[in-house]
Amino acid sequence: MRRSLRTIWQTRGLARYLLVAGVVMTAAFVVLAVFAPWIAPYDFAQNTTDAGERLPKLAPPSGEHWLGTNDQFYDIWSRVVWGARTALQVVLLSVFLSALVGVPLGLLSGFTGGWPDRVMVFLMDALYSFPSLLLAIVFSFLLRSAVGGGVLAAALALTAVYIPQYFRVVRNTTVSAREATYVEAARALGARPFTIMRKYLFGNVVQSVPVIGTLNAADALGTLAALGFLGLGIQPTEAAEWGYDLSRALDDTSAGAWWPALFPGLAIILLITALTLVGEGLNETLNPALRRRRLQPVRFTALAREGGAR
Amino acid sequence: MSPRADDQAEEVVIEAEDLRVWYGTERGPVRAVDEVDFTLRRGEILGLVGESGCGKSTLGRGLLGLLPEGAARDGALRFLGTDMLTLSRREQNRLRGRELGMIFQEPLTRLNPLMRISEHFAETLRVHEKGISKDEVKRRSLQALRVMGIPPTRFRAYPHEFSGGMRQRLMIALTLVLRPSFVVADEPTTALDVLVEAQIIRILHDLRDTFDTSLLLITHNLGIVAEACDRVAVMYAGKIVEIGPAAEVFRHPQHPYTRELLRSTISLSTTGLNFIEGAPPDLTTPPPACRFHPRCPDAMSVCATREPPALDLPGGSRAACWAAAARHDLVTLDAEESAPLEREELSVADEA
Amino acid sequence: MPTKPDPGLVAEARDLSVHFQLQGGALSRLLGIGARRVKAVDGVDVQLRRGEVLGVVGESGSGKTTLGRALLGLAPATGGTLTYHPTSGGTQEITRLKGAELRRLRTDVQMVFQDPSAALNPSMTIEEGVGHPLVIHGIASGEDLHQRVVAALERVGLAPVERFLSKYPSDLSGGQKQRAVIARAIILEPEVLVADEPVSMLDMSVRAKILQLMLDLKNDLGLTYLYITHDLASAKYFCDRVAIMYLGRIVEIGPTEEIFAHPRHPYTQALLKAIPEPDPDRMVPRDLPRGEIPDAAEPPLGCSFHPRCPVATPVCGWEQRDLKALLEEHWVRDETADYEAERATVGDLDGLDRPRTTARLAGKDPAAVRAVLDSVRAADPEEPLWGGVRAVEERHGHLEVDFVDGVDPPLRASHGVEVACVHYGADPEWPAEPGEPGEPGS
Repeated sequence: MRRSLRTIWQTRGLARYLLVAGVVMTAAFVVLAVFAPWIAPYDFAQNTTDAGERLPKLAPPSGEHWLGTNDQFYDIWSRVVWGARTALQVVLLSVFLSALVGVPLGLLSGFTGGWPDRVMVFLMDALYSFPSLLLAIVFSFLLRSAVGGGVLAAALALTAVYIPQYFRVVRNTTVSAREATYVEAARALGARPFTIMRKYLFGNVVQSVPVIGTLNAADALGTLAALGFLGLGIQPTEAAEWGYDLSRALDDTSAGAWWPALFPGLAIILLITALTLVGEGLNETLNPALRRRRLQPVRFTALAREGGAR
Repeated sequence: MSPRADDQAEEVVIEAEDLRVWYGTERGPVRAVDEVDFTLRRGEILGLVGESGCGKSTLGRGLLGLLPEGAARDGALRFLGTDMLTLSRREQNRLRGRELGMIFQEPLTRLNPLMRISEHFAETLRVHEKGISKDEVKRRSLQALRVMGIPPTRFRAYPHEFSGGMRQRLMIALTLVLRPSFVVADEPTTALDVLVEAQIIRILHDLRDTFDTSLLLITHNLGIVAEACDRVAVMYAGKIVEIGPAAEVFRHPQHPYTRELLRSTISLSTTGLNFIEGAPPDLTTPPPACRFHPRCPDAMSVCATREPPALDLPGGSRAACWAAAARHDLVTLDAEESAPLEREELSVADEA
Repeated sequence: MPTKPDPGLVAEARDLSVHFQLQGGALSRLLGIGARRVKAVDGVDVQLRRGEVLGVVGESGSGKTTLGRALLGLAPATGGTLTYHPTSGGTQEITRLKGAELRRLRTDVQMVFQDPSAALNPSMTIEEGVGHPLVIHGIASGEDLHQRVVAALERVGLAPVERFLSKYPSDLSGGQKQRAVIARAIILEPEVLVADEPVSMLDMSVRAKILQLMLDLKNDLGLTYLYITHDLASAKYFCDRVAIMYLGRIVEIGPTEEIFAHPRHPYTQALLKAIPEPDPDRMVPRDLPRGEIPDAAEPPLGCSFHPRCPVATPVCGWEQRDLKALLEEHWVRDETADYEAERATVGDLDGLDRPRTTARLAGKDPAAVRAVLDSVRAADPEEPLWGGVRAVEERHGHLEVDFVDGVDPPLRASHGVEVACVHYGADPEWPAEPGEPGEPGS
C-alpha cells in the first residue's frame, strides 16, 4: 500500500494531471452527496416551498432557482444535488458487492484449476458477454418484486452485471501467481491451500482491483442512468435520479425549455468523466509498464582524478 | 596502454578516455561508469569482469550507444580514431551493426520468432550493404553458419526450432556476417549449460583467427576470462581498478579487490572458503576517493581522502591503488597517510 | 569437505520415476491422447545417508531439480518408491503420502530455493515470513513465536535482528534474502534440507559466505543435505558424495574425492574438462563432446549420452537420428563437399526424426545415396556411428541403414564408485583395450 502511494507521488506528466483532475471533480460530487441536506434548498421530491406555495413549473434559471425548475415543479439544482447522493450510493454499493463476490471467486477458481475452474470461467464469460444494460434490466425486473424499487434494488441489479470483471482479472493473475516460487515455497512449508490463498496469493493479486473498481463505477453510473432513463431504475418516489429526470425532460426541450435536460445530463457526464479520469490516472501511475518517472537530467561534474600518469 | 604479450604493434580499434556513463534517476545521477580508460587493439580479446552492479554491462552498452532514456555519456570514445561521442545519431546508427556488433545474454528475445533464419540474414545484410545480390546473401549467410557449426539444412528454420546453444551461435553468426571490427559480448554464456558454454567460449576465442575481430567479453566468470582472454579489466563500482595481461593479473593481482575476488572464487582447486566483507556501494553517492576503501583489507588513511591514480606497474598491468603504488615505490606517502584506515566494522546488515 | 556421516539411511529412492505430461497440440488435448511425456526422473536408485552432504550435479534437463522436489513430495512420483526414515523411527513412503500426512513430512524435510528474491512472499515482513512455518503447523504463537524467529535469524547471521524483523524482502540484498530463506527452512528444526542451487544467483564474493553458513548449520543442527547444482566446483568443496545426472538418470555416483580424482563416465570427464578455471595456464578446452542435451521427451536409444560420447561403442544405441546429425555435421565441417548436390541425392532428412534403429533415406537413387554415405565415412572413418551399423541395403527402391540394437547400462560398481557405462563394471559389455577407459583403475 505504502509503495503504491509512493509511486503515485513520483509520477509526472499527463498521468498525474489526469489523476488530480479526476480526484478533484469526484471530490466535488462527493461533497454534494454527503452534504446534500444542507446544500440543496429543497428536498428531492418537494414541489412546494416551506411555506406551502407551489413551486413554478418550468421556470428558467434565476436567482431563486439556480438551475430552474422542471415540469414536476421540482427545483433542478436540488434534484441534481440529491441525484449525486443517489448516484454515489448505488455505485459504491454495487462496486463493493461486485468485488466482494468476484474477487474471492476468482482467487478460488484460479487456485483450484481443473474443471471447476473451466466451468466458472465459462459461466463468467457468458455473463460478461451480455450487454450490461440488458443484463441490468433483467436483474432489475427480477429484483423489483423482492426488494422494491429503491437504492438497494438498483445496486443489486448492477452488482450481478459487474462480477465477471473482477473474477476474470483476479483469476488470471492468480493463475500466473500460482506458479511463483514463493507459492511453491509455501507448499514446501506445508501450508494448507486456504492459507496459501489467503496469505500468499491474495495480497499479490489484488493490485488491479482499485483500477477496475473505479472504471467500473463510471460504467455502473452510466448503466444506472440508462435504467432510470428507461423508467426501470429507481422509482421517483424513492430517490432523485438523473437518468429519470433526463427522460422527463426530453419532451420539455421541444417546448423550448433546455434547462431540465441540460443539467442532469451534464451531471451524468461530469461524474462519469471524473471517475474515468481517476481510474485511468491510477492505471497510468500504478502500472509499471505505463509509468513515466521524473528523471533528473544528468549533469556531469568535474573529473575527480588527479592528472596522474596516463 | 600495455601492448599485447607478443608485442605486435596492432592498430588501436577502441580507445576510451575518461569515459563516463551516468543514468538519470529521481534521486540524482547513478554514476554507473565513472572515468574509465582503456584501449583495445585489432584481434584482441579483452575480458571485463566484475560483480553485479559494477557497471560492466553499462560500459558495454555505452560503447555502442545502446543506453536507455535518461542516460548520458561524457569523455572521449574513439573508434579507429573517430570520437563516437561527437558523431550525430544517424552516423552512430550507421556504425552499429556494420562496424560495431553486440552479442546479448538471451538470444531468444533478440530474434524475431516470425522470421526464418534466412530472412534474418537477408535483412541484416540488405540494411548495411545496399544492392547486395540474393546469391551473395545466401553465400555469406551459409558461410557464417558453417563457421558457427550450424548445419546448412537449418537455413530456413525458425528461431524457436533451435536449442539454447544453437541460438547463441545463430546470434553470433548474425553479428559477424557483416564483419564488424569490434564486438561486445555481454554475458553471452550465462544462460547456457556448462558444456555448451565451453563450446561458445571456444567459438568466441577463435573469432580473431577467422574474422580478425576485437572482442570485449563481459562476464562475472573469472574462469572464462582466464581461458579465453588476452587482457582483463577488473571493474568495481564504476571504475576499472586493474587492467593488464590476463596471465599477469591472475598470477600477480595488484589491486586488493582483484586479489580478494580471485580468493573468493570457488574453483576445483579451492581448499577454503573466502569472501569479501560488506557490499558494493550505492552508485548515486559512491564513497569518496578510492571506492573500495570501506571493504579493503589493505586500506590506509590516504585511501579515503585522495583518489588513487592509475599507474603502470612493473609486471605489465595497471592498477589504481595506493597500496600497490607504494609497494612498487611509485609514490611516497608520509606516515600519516600510510597509517591503516580506521573505519566502522562491517556486519551482515551491510553485506551483499 | 569430508565429514564422517552417521551410519543409517535417511532416505532411499528405488527405481524412482517422475514423468510429466507435456501439453500437446489442441487435437491431442481434446482427445486426451498423443501428448508427449517428459521423463524428468527415469528410474533412479539412490540413498541419502544421515549427516552427509550428497551433491546432485547436472545440467538443464538432467532431472536434478525434480529429484529434489520429489523428496519433499512436491513432484508426484509416477513409479518406484521413495522412502523416508526419520530419526524417531519408522518408515514413510513419500510417494504415497497425501494431505495432512504430506504436510507433516514438511516439518522434517525442508527446501532452500535458488532465487532468494522469488522465494520470499513480497507482502510479508521478514518476521512474518520466517515465522510462518510455525504458524502453519500450529507449533508456536505470540511471544514464543517471536523468540523463535529471533533465534532463527540470529543463527543465520541476520544480526542485529531488530534491523531485519520489520523489513520486506525487497529491502534486503541477495545474500541477506537467502539467509532469510535458510532461516525459514530451519525454524521447523528439520532433519533434511534440500538445497536447490542455493548460491548460483549470488555474486561470487557472497557465495562463500552462504556456503559457510550452510556448513556451520549442518554441524550445529545435525542436518543432512541434498545439494543440487550445476556447479561442479562448489560440489567438490561442499559434498561428501556426488551423483552426476544426465537426462533423468544417475550416470555416476561415489565419494567426492574419487569422482573428481578419477572421473569415469565420459559425461563426468567432459564436465570436469569444461569447467572454466581461473588459472591463466589453462586454455579453452578443444575436445569437448559435440552437440547439446537432447529432447527429454524422446531421449536417445540405448545410452542417452551416446550421440555426444567420444568413446561410444557399437552397442551404445545408434539410431537414425544419429545418422541425420552426422550428415548435418559433415556438411558443416567439410567445405569441399558439394552440399547442394549431396542434399538433393540423399533427400529430405526430416523422415529421420523419430527414434528408430533403421534409417530409410528418401533419396530416389540408392546407389548414389550409398556413394554419399561412403564419402562421409571416408572423410572421418573414426566416427563411432559406423561401428554400430549392422547392414546397409537397398529395399523397395530406397537405401536403408540398420543399426545394432543398443544397450542401456544400469549403474554398477567399479572401484568404489558406481558408473552407468558399457566400459565399466564387473562384466562390461564393451571391455576396454589397454589405455582406453574401463577397468582397471583408468
